[in-house]
Amino acid sequence: MSDLICRDLCMTFRDAQSGAEVEALKNINFELKQGEILAVLGPSGCGKTTLLNMVAGFLNPTSGDLTLGGVDIEGPGAERGMVFQQGALFEWLTVARNVDFGLRMSGAPEAETAEKVLNWLDTVGLQGFGDTPTYQLSGGMQQRVALARCLVNDPSLILMDEPLGALDALTREKMQSLILELWKKTGKTIIVITHSVEEALLLGERLFVMAPRPGRIHREYNLPFAEMGLTRSLREIKQEQEFSSIREEILTMIWDMEEEIMGHG
Amino acid sequence: MAEWLSDNRAIFALLTIIGLLIAFVWSIRVGVLQTRLRARDEVFGDPERTKGGWYWAVCGVAALMLVWFYFSWGAARAVFPNAANELCQIAKIGESLAPISAALPVRSRYLKSTTLAVRNSAQLEALSTSMPEGVFSADEARRLETSVDRTRQLIALLSNPEFTSQATKRSLADVEGQLADLTGKLEAGPGDMMPSPEALTQSRWGTSEVEIPMLPMTSRGVMFDHVSAELVDVSKDFLSIRNLSPRVEDMIASTAELINSVKKGEPQVDLDENGAKARKAYVKAVERIFKRIDDATIFPAQAMEGINNAVAKLNATVDDAKGGLGIVEATFFPGQGIVKSKTQCTEQGSGRWLPKPSDVVVTFVTLANPDMSGGGGYKGTRLLWWKWLSIADVVGFLFPDSIVDMLPGDYGTHGVDGEFQPTYKDHMLAFAQGDVYLGSVPMLDGHIWDSLFRVLVAMAFGIMLGVPLGIYMGVSRLFKSFFDPLIELYRPVPPLAWAPLILTIFGIQDDGKIFLLFMVAFAIMVISARTGASGTQLSKIRASHSLGATDRQILRYVILPNALPEILTGVRISIGVCWGTLVAAEMLAGTTGIGFIENVARTVSDYELIWVTILIMGLLGLLFDLVMRWVIGKLIPWRGKG
Repeated sequence: MSDLICRDLCMTFRDAQSGAEVEALKNINFELKQGEILAVLGPSGCGKTTLLNMVAGFLNPTSGDLTLGGVDIEGPGAERGMVFQQGALFEWLTVARNVDFGLRMSGAPEAETAEKVLNWLDTVGLQGFGDTPTYQLSGGMQQRVALARCLVNDPSLILMDEPLGALDALTREKMQSLILELWKKTGKTIIVITHSVEEALLLGERLFVMAPRPGRIHREYNLPFAEMGLTRSLREIKQEQEFSSIREEILTMIWDMEEEIMGHG
Repeated sequence: MAEWLSDNRAIFALLTIIGLLIAFVWSIRVGVLQTRLRARDEVFGDPERTKGGWYWAVCGVAALMLVWFYFSWGAARAVFPNAANELCQIAKIGESLAPISAALPVRSRYLKSTTLAVRNSAQLEALSTSMPEGVFSADEARRLETSVDRTRQLIALLSNPEFTSQATKRSLADVEGQLADLTGKLEAGPGDMMPSPEALTQSRWGTSEVEIPMLPMTSRGVMFDHVSAELVDVSKDFLSIRNLSPRVEDMIASTAELINSVKKGEPQVDLDENGAKARKAYVKAVERIFKRIDDATIFPAQAMEGINNAVAKLNATVDDAKGGLGIVEATFFPGQGIVKSKTQCTEQGSGRWLPKPSDVVVTFVTLANPDMSGGGGYKGTRLLWWKWLSIADVVGFLFPDSIVDMLPGDYGTHGVDGEFQPTYKDHMLAFAQGDVYLGSVPMLDGHIWDSLFRVLVAMAFGIMLGVPLGIYMGVSRLFKSFFDPLIELYRPVPPLAWAPLILTIFGIQDDGKIFLLFMVAFAIMVISARTGASGTQLSKIRASHSLGATDRQILRYVILPNALPEILTGVRISIGVCWGTLVAAEMLAGTTGIGFIENVARTVSDYELIWVTILIMGLLGLLFDLVMRWVIGKLIPWRGKG
């Protein structure tokens, strides 16, 4: 099983000019089992993107262990796919060439690649868009391409850095359903970073609320809504009494943190 | 065919002008209608408002062409093909009369006598106060002072009507009378004067080497021609008049003697070298002023009145005799009109330095004619044509002989029979030197191709070397810091400042120019590729890492395409800069190329050729840019949409 295990993870940034040290993350401990979907929530500056970048391998932790399937994470790799807020698509390539980018780079057989690309385009709802240049797509469709590009590589862990942040409300809800659908279908481990409390509740089977200064996991939830979202409409779930009460609780929590920051600042 | 076109260029110009006028008026009409039609749909400042509007482009081009026709006198030649010939005859009068006019306040503000008297008096005054000390004896100094004083008196004598001799007065009156006679002839009109058959067979205005036909082609022209011929003699008479009288002659003789006595006599004081120089210079100055006065061409102001009036009357009569031609000259010949000088009538002002559109076309056709024995091409090279290029020559150029030297083995020697015994190395050497026939390929040739070739080769090297370096500088701290100072030091130097050095090192042939252009292109390509590479979004790089791409793959498949818009913009800019630099470099040195043609044309004041080269350069520059825009549109359709 390729579980993600995080032990006493610390990250300290040093300002190159002033030499001042900032503790971005301090003593992060968690375990994420294969197939779990984790949402990370927190006020800005709590280190959630730092955490994601370390898991992706873009940053090296100051101390602590980070292993995926028992292997230390050292640098970026194809087994940890990443989806960015703005898609980060290659606009000089068509949709299909964007999606098969990873397979092409690893030199996979062409016929097989083409079939996989077609399947994944179907899955994310982009049938027939293979030859379209990406700059002609809407924001939601671009994000679907980014999802397909990540999934076609068959990573064991998918990292999403505010993947739906730039989308309008309606598209966002559709994409949330799509993410849950893909999670169910592929059984991948997924970490989603988000600003939106609702999105975190809907997508996160587990949910970390992080607190700043130093960045740490403030509270952890295990939530039923992601499982519910596989069978019921997301709007219905939002009407649930339990959903509203947890949402209010977390909002208050984050509000207090922001107040505290302002007060100290 | 070409000759027929050339002979009838005035007609074609007229048709063109009429067409342009129609296009001008019509396009304004369409433009106004369109503007009214759309006025309601668009608010001021809306960028949509600038779209379309080809009719205004037609209007602008037509206006430009019309202005060109007008100021080049192309319109004048098209509408009044004989006007220049008649104006030439009138210019002949101006030339014949010039000696007399020069003495009168006609061209300048003052009488020539006034100017002479005033200027020389002032110089005498200055001279009398600046006699060097210690180089003349008291006697010599007194004699010089007297000389200066007498010269002054001489000016006064010449200016005083009381001392003008009867003979002089008679001569002046005679000239006046002749002028009046000629005025009368002009007033009488041409009558039954007829142009000579010879005159009528002259080539027309602007169709031969002689710009404007010289012999009068109209009866009015014949009259002007006759008058001008007679005026030549009148002017001669006038020039021979001297304001001499017994007193003046005495004064001249005695002053000359006095100056000579000092000049020729041995110095009466001891002089060092500087003293001798000062003495000589002073005497010379006194003599020089005296010599200006002693030809007695200063006349009393009153004495010139009669001639002045006669010339004014003659000029007025010439203007009257011109009739409608005067209006044509004033409206259709902007600039300084037509001037006759010695052997030819020439156009002055914009008519001279702005060639007529039809002449430019003729010059271009002549230049573009590939038949060099028929007068085409320029200085032994065609404008743009093709030739057979020997592949062996290219191989010989690309393959340095020293590569063969490095091969194992020895070159052949002569054998016992004295015959040369070549080894394989000798055959390789022949190959490297281009002596082995390898067939030929058709290749472009000519001035334009030479210029293009230099730019294209330099661009190719600039792109091949500049883009990789720029990309690496965009991603590598080592490359950036190492090469940045080098490039930033040489880049700001204007390419033309490098030109003398580069051309001296590499010679004036292609390689020097290509290297100069390469320097220009290289710097621009490095900077644009670097900007493009360093502008890659971090998220794209990270995404590629997460997709398992290696560093090399990211460089090739992500950073390079991402920098493509900047690279192509760099290509576009550097082609433009190279083109500009090339023409200037060709002007400095070389025997082919567009800039070379212009430079030679400049030295012989061939305005038509200068303009033709300017137009060729402009059109080729425009062509480059259009091609680059098309390429950019094809290669990077995502630009501005990412």
